[in-house]
Amino acid sequence: MAAGPMVKAEAVYKSFGRLEVLRGIDLEVAPREVMCVIGPSGSGKSTFLRCINHLEKIDAGRLYVDGELVGYTQRGDRLYELPDREVCRKRSEIGMVFQRFNLFPHMTALENVIEAPLHVKGEGRSAAAERGRKLLERVGLAEKMDAYPNQLSGGQQQRVAIARALAMQPKLMLFDEPTSALDPELVGEVLDVMRGLAADGMTMIVVTHEMGFAREAGDTLVFMDGGVIVEAGKPRDVLANPSHERTRLFLSKVL
Amino acid sequence: MTEIASGPSSSQGGRRPEAIKAVPVRHRWRWVSAALVLLFAFGAIYTVATAPLLRWQTFSEYLFQGLIFDGIRLTLVLTVAAMVIGIVLGIVLAVMRLSPNPVMSALAWFYIWFFRGTPVLVQIFFWFNLAIILPYVGVGGFRVSTNLLITAVMAAIFGLGFNEAAYMAEIVRAGIISVEHGQTEAAQALGMTRLQVMRRIVLPQAMRVIIPPTGNETISMLKTTSLAFVASVPELFTRADQIGNFNFRYVELLFVASFWYLLMTSVLTVGQYYLERYFARGAARELPPTPFQRFRRLLFTYRMPLPAAEPAVPVTSEHR
Repeated sequence: MAAGPMVKAEAVYKSFGRLEVLRGIDLEVAPREVMCVIGPSGSGKSTFLRCINHLEKIDAGRLYVDGELVGYTQRGDRLYELPDREVCRKRSEIGMVFQRFNLFPHMTALENVIEAPLHVKGEGRSAAAERGRKLLERVGLAEKMDAYPNQLSGGQQQRVAIARALAMQPKLMLFDEPTSALDPELVGEVLDVMRGLAADGMTMIVVTHEMGFAREAGDTLVFMDGGVIVEAGKPRDVLANPSHERTRLFLSKVL
Repeated sequence: MTEIASGPSSSQGGRRPEAIKAVPVRHRWRWVSAALVLLFAFGAIYTVATAPLLRWQTFSEYLFQGLIFDGIRLTLVLTVAAMVIGIVLGIVLAVMRLSPNPVMSALAWFYIWFFRGTPVLVQIFFWFNLAIILPYVGVGGFRVSTNLLITAVMAAIFGLGFNEAAYMAEIVRAGIISVEHGQTEAAQALGMTRLQVMRRIVLPQAMRVIIPPTGNETISMLKTTSLAFVASVPELFTRADQIGNFNFRYVELLFVASFWYLLMTSVLTVGQYYLERYFARGAARELPPTPFQRFRRLLFTYRMPLPAAEPAVPVTSEHR
């Protein structure tokens, strides 16, 4: 394919105060690729995800989404910060799903889903509601359109959150440990929705501890530790024959 | 079967044990203290009611007097107008204060510092005497005397409202901060601008925290309007004060004013209670009982029979 990578990171660095969280991340995610990122907590995987839609600013290196710099424009060899409006527009093209769902508790499931299409994209109410209903059907929540988040189980809330992100018709979906806050019996329903998305050709970066999902649905698996990518490759290879001692050690604890 | 195993299994399959019927703890001292409190209360009322120098006739004469009613009306107008200014400006200031724009946040900080730091009385007086500093307002040939533009009532509304805004700003800010940060992040990730996040996501959720102290402020404002007397605004207190000066029945007239203040704050208290209940919906699984419900429960709790001791599982011949 002639199309360039959907996400491209070149030597990305990020610190919080004195703590260096990302220490030179290089990677590429092709369109339609599903990349799973694993690693111990504090390895920087969530931070890297948040850099991609500019919820965090990177300190050094370059980060591109769909060929465009994240958060900046380059003219000559000088970088210019993007104005808020532009940052918002670019974020609206990237869907994000959070560990703790972060649904808006004062809105029903359907209102959560159509909030951004109405107020960010300026879609008409009836068209947005129509599409919102279809999305909620797609994640298996046709019956729960008018339920408030606190009336839904964790798994149902996370599926609403996925529908909410999809409502903006993103070209890239970021998942930040989407099943880590769920009861074990509810994990499957969320992973099923994500598998469906992957099968439909969505470009996805998934930070996860679900090795089964990574093995079946992932095209690439990245193991991060200490702010660097230790190892990357085909999920089966990495999981079965890790080439680094650090990866082997991590996998021996989680598998 | 061992004994341990037979214990739970027999009660699971068998009948539900009888509901507990116990004699409640007697609270004798509650009754004694209640009697003492009532005694003191009665004594206090008796003393005030029979005070030889108080003329209760004057009190009842002026309680429903037209001038007093005019004062009440104006007091309500001042309260509503000042609170509207306070709430709207307070929200604006709170959002400015939390803005990443340093000019905005510094401006809001300065406003709050100044208006919270000077007495309301002085602020009302300042607006009333604005002409001393600014005799005319206008551009070019079109000029209006400040004294014509700012009436006494307006001076009071400005003084009270702008002062209130400083307090409301802090209340709103506390409400905004109380909303979980994940909400802002989720909204930003959807591409919403800072103002959209505030208006659509954060402020509606902050309301639950903002409402109770705002009710408090409104009740406080109702009585603070009496400071408008420095601008000779004929609200309730000023009226009572004027009549008292005229007929030398000062204490009686202050009682009249206090009676109406108490009545109005009582109405507001009830209103606040139900407003809070309304905003608690969705957050709490079960609403707490209203005072009326609690009162009924208190009255009937001593006599109410305990739940009937019928077994939940119908007794079948097998169990017998």
